[in-house]
Amino acid sequence: MTLIGCLQIIIYSLLLLVITKPVGFYMTQVMEGEKTFLEFVLGHLERMVYRMSGVNPQEEMHWTTYTYSLLTFSLIGALFTYTILRLQGILPFNPMSFSTAVAPVYATSMTPDLAFNTAVSFTTNTNWQNYSGENTMSYLSQMLGLAYHNWISAAVGLAACTALIRGFARQSVTTVGNFWKDLVRSLLYIFFPITFVYSLFLVSQGVIQNFAPYTVALTVEGIKQIIPQGPVATQEAIKMLGINGGGFFNANSAHPFENPTPFSNLIQMLSMFILPAGFTYMFGKMVKDTRQGWALLAAMFILFILGTFICYYFECRGNPNIRVQHVETSTNVLGDLGGNMEGKEIRFGLADSALFATITTDASCGAVNCMHDSLTPLAGLIPLLNIQLGEIIFGGVGSGLYGMLIFAVLTVFIAGLMVGRTPEYVGKKIEQKDVKMAMLFVLAGCFSILIFTALGSVLELPNKSSINVPGAAYNNVNNTGPHGFTEILYCYASSTGNNGSAFAGLTGNTPFYNITSAIAMLVGRFFMMIPALALAGSLVQKKYVPPSSGTFPTHGGLFVTLLIGVILIVGALTFFPALTLGPIVEHFLMHNSKLF
Amino acid sequence: MTQDSLTLVPVPERKKTPLLQKAILYRAFIDSFVKLNPLVMAKNPVMMVVEVASIITTILFFRDLIIRTPAKVLLFEGQITLWLWFTVLFANFAEAIAEGRGKAQADTLRKSRKETIAQREISKDKYESIFANTLRKGDTVLVKAGELIPGDGEVIEGVATVDESAITGESAPVIRESGGDRSAVTGGTTVLSDWLRIRITVQAGETFIDRMISLVEGAQRQKTPNEIALNILLAGLTIIFLLVVSTLLPFSIFAVRAGGCGQSTDMFSLIALLVCLIPTTIGALLSAIGIAGMDRVLQHNVIAMSGKAIEAAGDVDTLLLDKTGTITLGNRQAVQFIPAPGISETILADAAQLSSLADETPEGRSIVTLAKQFNLRERQLAKVNPQFISFSAHTKMSGVNLNKKQIRKGAADVICTFVREQGKEVPAQIDKEVSRIAKSGGTPLLVADNVRGLLGLIYLKDVVKGGLKERFAHLRQMGIRTIMITGDNSLTAAAIATEAGLDDFLAEATPEKKMQLIRKEQEGGRLVAMTGDGTNDAPALAAADVGLAMNTGTQAAKEAGNMIDLDSNPTKLIEVVQIGKQLLMTRGSLTTFSIANDVAKYFAILPAMFGSLYLFSATNTPNHGPIWALNIMGLHSAQSAILAAVIFNALIIIALIPLALRGIHYQPMNAESLLRRNLLIYGAGGLIIPFPGIRLLDQIIVMLGLAPFS
Repeated sequence: MTLIGCLQIIIYSLLLLVITKPVGFYMTQVMEGEKTFLEFVLGHLERMVYRMSGVNPQEEMHWTTYTYSLLTFSLIGALFTYTILRLQGILPFNPMSFSTAVAPVYATSMTPDLAFNTAVSFTTNTNWQNYSGENTMSYLSQMLGLAYHNWISAAVGLAACTALIRGFARQSVTTVGNFWKDLVRSLLYIFFPITFVYSLFLVSQGVIQNFAPYTVALTVEGIKQIIPQGPVATQEAIKMLGINGGGFFNANSAHPFENPTPFSNLIQMLSMFILPAGFTYMFGKMVKDTRQGWALLAAMFILFILGTFICYYFECRGNPNIRVQHVETSTNVLGDLGGNMEGKEIRFGLADSALFATITTDASCGAVNCMHDSLTPLAGLIPLLNIQLGEIIFGGVGSGLYGMLIFAVLTVFIAGLMVGRTPEYVGKKIEQKDVKMAMLFVLAGCFSILIFTALGSVLELPNKSSINVPGAAYNNVNNTGPHGFTEILYCYASSTGNNGSAFAGLTGNTPFYNITSAIAMLVGRFFMMIPALALAGSLVQKKYVPPSSGTFPTHGGLFVTLLIGVILIVGALTFFPALTLGPIVEHFLMHNSKLF
Repeated sequence: MTQDSLTLVPVPERKKTPLLQKAILYRAFIDSFVKLNPLVMAKNPVMMVVEVASIITTILFFRDLIIRTPAKVLLFEGQITLWLWFTVLFANFAEAIAEGRGKAQADTLRKSRKETIAQREISKDKYESIFANTLRKGDTVLVKAGELIPGDGEVIEGVATVDESAITGESAPVIRESGGDRSAVTGGTTVLSDWLRIRITVQAGETFIDRMISLVEGAQRQKTPNEIALNILLAGLTIIFLLVVSTLLPFSIFAVRAGGCGQSTDMFSLIALLVCLIPTTIGALLSAIGIAGMDRVLQHNVIAMSGKAIEAAGDVDTLLLDKTGTITLGNRQAVQFIPAPGISETILADAAQLSSLADETPEGRSIVTLAKQFNLRERQLAKVNPQFISFSAHTKMSGVNLNKKQIRKGAADVICTFVREQGKEVPAQIDKEVSRIAKSGGTPLLVADNVRGLLGLIYLKDVVKGGLKERFAHLRQMGIRTIMITGDNSLTAAAIATEAGLDDFLAEATPEKKMQLIRKEQEGGRLVAMTGDGTNDAPALAAADVGLAMNTGTQAAKEAGNMIDLDSNPTKLIEVVQIGKQLLMTRGSLTTFSIANDVAKYFAILPAMFGSLYLFSATNTPNHGPIWALNIMGLHSAQSAILAAVIFNALIIIALIPLALRGIHYQPMNAESLLRRNLLIYGAGGLIIPFPGIRLLDQIIVMLGLAPFS
């Protein structure tokens, strides 16, 4: 590890902690329906939207109505995207004529299962991509079919989490807010203004924004190279802020057109965490005890920084088998290079790559600036574990905090009894129904990851079958041994966690993987969101119990330690055996000079 | 009053019955097998899974026995099967032993009820012998020394020593007498000396013993809300581990194919891992903890009508305590004579004593006692032919007439009127003294006679019980507010509340006001506990989250409360709260312990299960592939490691039974310190202990040659 590498991580952390409070404060204003400084610009627009759509913003919803609205809205969005993807051949803004008879030879066809997988992927804020954007998607598909969801799915997550926070903040009522109002306000006041400024910034750094056909260039070796173009900046902004992660190009944020400079890299990393971090402050603000929010942030931050340094450490140690070949792998160079440089951008170096990999998997984003497949086994374990823990270390927009809150509820329930009272969290008693919902949330995640990985690792299918061309499900991996297993595990973890980053090395574009990973994404999104909303509905009815010196304190260092302990133990207990057969055994084998 | 009775021992352990008695053990042993019935087992999802697992391994074992698997394999399989059954049996044993203590009591109780013959009074001095179970409410019975009291009732005549050990376990006899606090008797107890005339107040079949039998036997034991919630958590964890373990088979199949060596995991190892991972420790002990909690309350001579009430006691935020009997000794005592100007203290004492000679109230007796300090003892009363005037609601004063001399004592306003009627002046200084005493929480009693006018005042003081201040401070630390309920005016109440260290008080309390206070507290989200004995307490007792009724109280009060204190000691509410807290803490601590245990078990079983995978290097010995590096405990072999983990998992249940029954050590302190302490012991302890434990068992197994494959 180099000093400059560690400094980059520390500077990033400081910036993050500094902006948490202002962002959270502003988010609270927006979601509580207060006047913000943008009111005079957007207030009219907001009222106009309500008038045109016939929504009464004053109307409060029961959690079932809220959930019903959310689900219907998401379903319609998914169908909309599916239709656009299937019809992109006959729709405009398709300069490269994808999905038509005159499509370029390198184009991938938009099959029904790929369209289904993609529609689900973007609706669920996953952005798992079984295709390369530049040789599959028309500009219209990118901008309308996909980017639409980048905004909407993030706003949906934000709304759902706000509803859960209201469950804690309100007392003795039955309603958790108005879904349409939450949706409109978050889009108008949070996502639109920030992405507007953000896109301009990205353009200033060199991110492209055009509708031009692909450029054909002649390289110095005299080879013809096709350089894809497109409206990248706008999509890039919401891809990062909305923690979607679906790159315009296959290389994602490692591509110079998506992420050209160290500065753009820093801002991209920050933009993945600002909303989830702001959410913790918003939680504290809404339950009228900001210490509660800071405690959650502390737990998230500690897990994040631990992960980052573990990942960075193992990347710096590199691969012993390369060192044996007398290749210089020491990291004592200013540029933070050396160690394991496979699959990395030299522009970013080890620290920024490890940091980005940790952030993107903590935040359920899935954008990448290095290949996770090429990380050393234990460094690669970190992104995988981050996802498996339920995407709660900062996590997705909203989904991160509601996941963390569910773990807080579990922590309080398991350990809270030790102070001799039935458990309570921020003044709400945790009872049967709450525990049930919290357990359903945890169960849904591990069910989907484990069962689908089990299927993927043993399911026999006929060779060249229409459902999976390579035959058996385990034939889709491009590497043998434990690394191949990790590829399957990562695929379903990433889908279920709605992360969307790929470990790569897995041929995902077959009907089998398209459909199973789409189901995993749906389970990971809605079967975790519905219990969270049901929890909101249960909590909101409860009376507030004022804290006393006999109450389990949920704002101090002790609680933070305990919360981290429960997250790690529950996560570790669930996935440790699987990880043993993946990255852990691979690590031991690497030191026995066996590589995969 | 002796000084001894003023001090209060904090959290008195009333009865020290040994945890394990031979009879209970024997019975629990039998019950552990009876409880294997799947219908009974189904109530406990965690142990149900273990039982199903045991059945599966048994079937597999016999299959392998028939197909003549090598003996070494059979030995391993047999041991796993056996220890899995032990795990289930140990869990059953824990529950059975917790129930056993109650059941043993219930048996004695039931026996006594059957055979009791009652002497029912037909008319004065005429009795008939009938079976106790035919007694009706309102019957009067006579019980002589050596006989069993046939039913719950109230002593209407007589004083006797009664052995209540059948119910309370306390071998020291208690005194029961007519009138006052000690008039209630319970059926099934024995009169040791003298006799009692008792009016039966409860119908046969609904008596205390009947209720107690069904309570202690746990026949109607319903899971408490928190227990149900915890069960959901445990069931959820069990499902998660089922998923984890069942997917390990396909995962290992993949690894065998990809590595080209080793074997996929066998059923016995998988099942062993499953049983080790699911929270068997807490699953096995959960119901024992609940039953033991009720038992512990019972040992304090409090009968809880449901486990829910005990749980609620742990959650209580506000304690409503009656002043009289709980905070103060119940009787005001004379502590000082304050003479009027021109009167000597001795004269005042003399008059006060004379006026109180016939006054049998505690206040009156305390005046006589105080006056003894002035050497006023022997009196030739007969000479002066005293006429005692007792207190009446009409005159509001009492006193004595000696020939023509009239001495009176009473409240300030009445005596002042009396003095003025005699044409005497009331010195202005007296008013000051009266209000000074009232402000300090005392009661001023004026003494006057018709000759000299006002003689002075007697300072009657409410005596606060010793040790209470510290206990209230403890309660405050635990976040519990204490509110004193009293009929006194606010001035007096404030003074006593300050002296006893209470947080708040409700002065001039009426049942309605009490009710309002409870409602107000509950609306603020707080749980309220209170004690009561009168019929007019009944609504409040019913409304409170924890209502502790006194056994001496009226039937209405007893029915309204969810707990009854046999000793009728209102201070016990504090103990009940502590037991409730201890119960919840035990549950939480063992849950944490149970889950933390899993970490070590992984490090025992995973290397054992996956040891043969990815064996590429020739330097590795068989079964000791790369994953064997996770064997950080240095266990001997795959078989010994799995066996050690399974045995540890079973034995830890047995080891923790005493803790589950006794409850974890409890000391009043604030939540933060409690949490830190318990987390250190049960969280960190649960994480660490299994490592040396499993290692030790592994060595024993190897030493005994029980893992022959090694």
